[in-house]
Amino acid sequence: MSKRRIYVDNNATTPLHPEVKKVMVESMDVFGNASSLHSFGRLARKHIEKARATVAGFIGAKPEEVIFVGSGSEGNNTILNIFTCKCPVCDATPDGGKEIFTSRIEHPCILRTSECLMERGTRVVFLDVDQYGKVAPEQIEENISDRTGLVSIMMANNEIGTIMDIKRIAEAAHEKGGFMHTDAVQAVGKIPVNVNDLDVDFLTLSAHKIYGPKGVGAIYVKKGVPFCPMIRGGHQEQGRRAGTENTLGIIGLAKAIEMASIEMGSDAERLLKLKTKLKEGIEKSIPDIHFNGHPVDCLPGTLDVSFAGAEGESILLYLDLEGIAVSTGSACASGSLDPSHVLLSIGLGAEMAHGSIRFSLGRENKEEDVEYVLEKLPPVIGRVRGMSTAYRGSK
Amino acid sequence: MDWLYSEKVKDHFINPRNVLIDENSFDYDAKGVVGNIKCGDEMIFYIKVDKKKNIITDCRWKTYGCASAIASTSFLSERAKGMTLNDAYRISPKDIMTELGGLPEHKVHCSVLGDKALRAAINDYYERNNMADKIRKEEARTVCQCMNVTDHEIENAVLDGARTYLELQEKTKLGTVCGQCKEVAIRMMEQYKKEHFE
Repeated sequence: MSKRRIYVDNNATTPLHPEVKKVMVESMDVFGNASSLHSFGRLARKHIEKARATVAGFIGAKPEEVIFVGSGSEGNNTILNIFTCKCPVCDATPDGGKEIFTSRIEHPCILRTSECLMERGTRVVFLDVDQYGKVAPEQIEENISDRTGLVSIMMANNEIGTIMDIKRIAEAAHEKGGFMHTDAVQAVGKIPVNVNDLDVDFLTLSAHKIYGPKGVGAIYVKKGVPFCPMIRGGHQEQGRRAGTENTLGIIGLAKAIEMASIEMGSDAERLLKLKTKLKEGIEKSIPDIHFNGHPVDCLPGTLDVSFAGAEGESILLYLDLEGIAVSTGSACASGSLDPSHVLLSIGLGAEMAHGSIRFSLGRENKEEDVEYVLEKLPPVIGRVRGMSTAYRGSK
Repeated sequence: MDWLYSEKVKDHFINPRNVLIDENSFDYDAKGVVGNIKCGDEMIFYIKVDKKKNIITDCRWKTYGCASAIASTSFLSERAKGMTLNDAYRISPKDIMTELGGLPEHKVHCSVLGDKALRAAINDYYERNNMADKIRKEEARTVCQCMNVTDHEIENAVLDGARTYLELQEKTKLGTVCGQCKEVAIRMMEQYKKEHFE
């Protein structure tokens, strides 16, 4: 096996930023319970509140509008669940909040939760997307009613990188008094995100997609909007998320955000250049391919490409043998028989969906990495196509 | 660095045996196609047969499939050579998987593709060589294509105490992969229950 190892799966997760790692190691002994009144507790509290201010500042929120949670999935679950809460002691259950709009290409934590809400009697509308993975704001404008409680659309798609027009969608959501949530797990720290510019009521972000630690994220909950905690039984996070705070994780998240505020612009520019090089290289050396996602409104480091006649899991594992780490939309990698719901939703046929590979570049990737991928990828595709029943060769 | 599956699977994945790259390069007597690209995998198995002895002298395969489909079919292709058609038809995917050092449950579906394609190729051979009587018999016998479970095994399971579909599955592993045979299997089970116990 090759000794060289190239990680181009940064939308799955990222390595810690060295600065994040440093500050987390330094904070390893901040063990106090932030709810305790003594000096140990107060120290932890100080770190957490400083972190809250950092995260809030970065997205244009007030500190009290930021709630730390255990993951992006938890954040998304929490927000969707607000709108079907029937419990009399919480302040949620907004009038008419019996209907939720979302899209077909959301992360499974939104889709599965929505299905669960449907079972509980909520009407959920799954909006179609166009060939690039965009939700047309008109779809919401035309279908929204005063029964609509929440519109939840992701800011950037994890598989194909397409960036949605959240501002316009939020406008449409607010038209009839609905609330707007955006799952910005793939966006915050990669592209500019400001809750005031976007005019969203809820937003979810996560640390580990932006060189922070796993197991920590945050939700933005605009002051005055309905809320209902999913995890109860503690006064932490203003009673909105029970459980002793993950101090170390929160410190790491804030540092990752701080580093993003410094490096995001230059990183984005560099990653876009690398991605363009990768894209052009693939175009030049491999026939019968299709790039998925929006050509312009796309995360700078995300490149999703389908190879006709080549099955994705085989490609992934042959690349893995060369030390290259990617993702695929193939069913075989997911444990189900269906390929990626995102790729099917943008209109790809099953073959192209099963044959998709996602390259997601990150801050550690260098030009040499892209060159190495461009050297190893064509023979791997040639090999998989060579044994394929579905590839007849390029004319 | 650990690999995803066993070393044996890895070996067959890296160096798949008997893959057919160029269809014109192999003079086959029969072929079997199973699967569907829509479901993410397709397999073609080609066999060359000694007509006097009914022995598979050589074989090739091609797949649009994942690593476990590639590895298990590669392994199967080595195994099938030299076997009589009858014996090759009875190769159990479970044995292949065991010999490969095991595969995760959700990969069983992919790894039995080769066996299914081989059986389809054998049936194709029978058809091309006026041995259609053999096909019908064989086809009627296999109920669960994925795990290669026959009506005899269902009958035995019923005789052995299986009364519900779950019990039948426990005993035969039938319907544990794609599940398409469920209705047929239940009907057969009920029939055998009637036949033997009512």
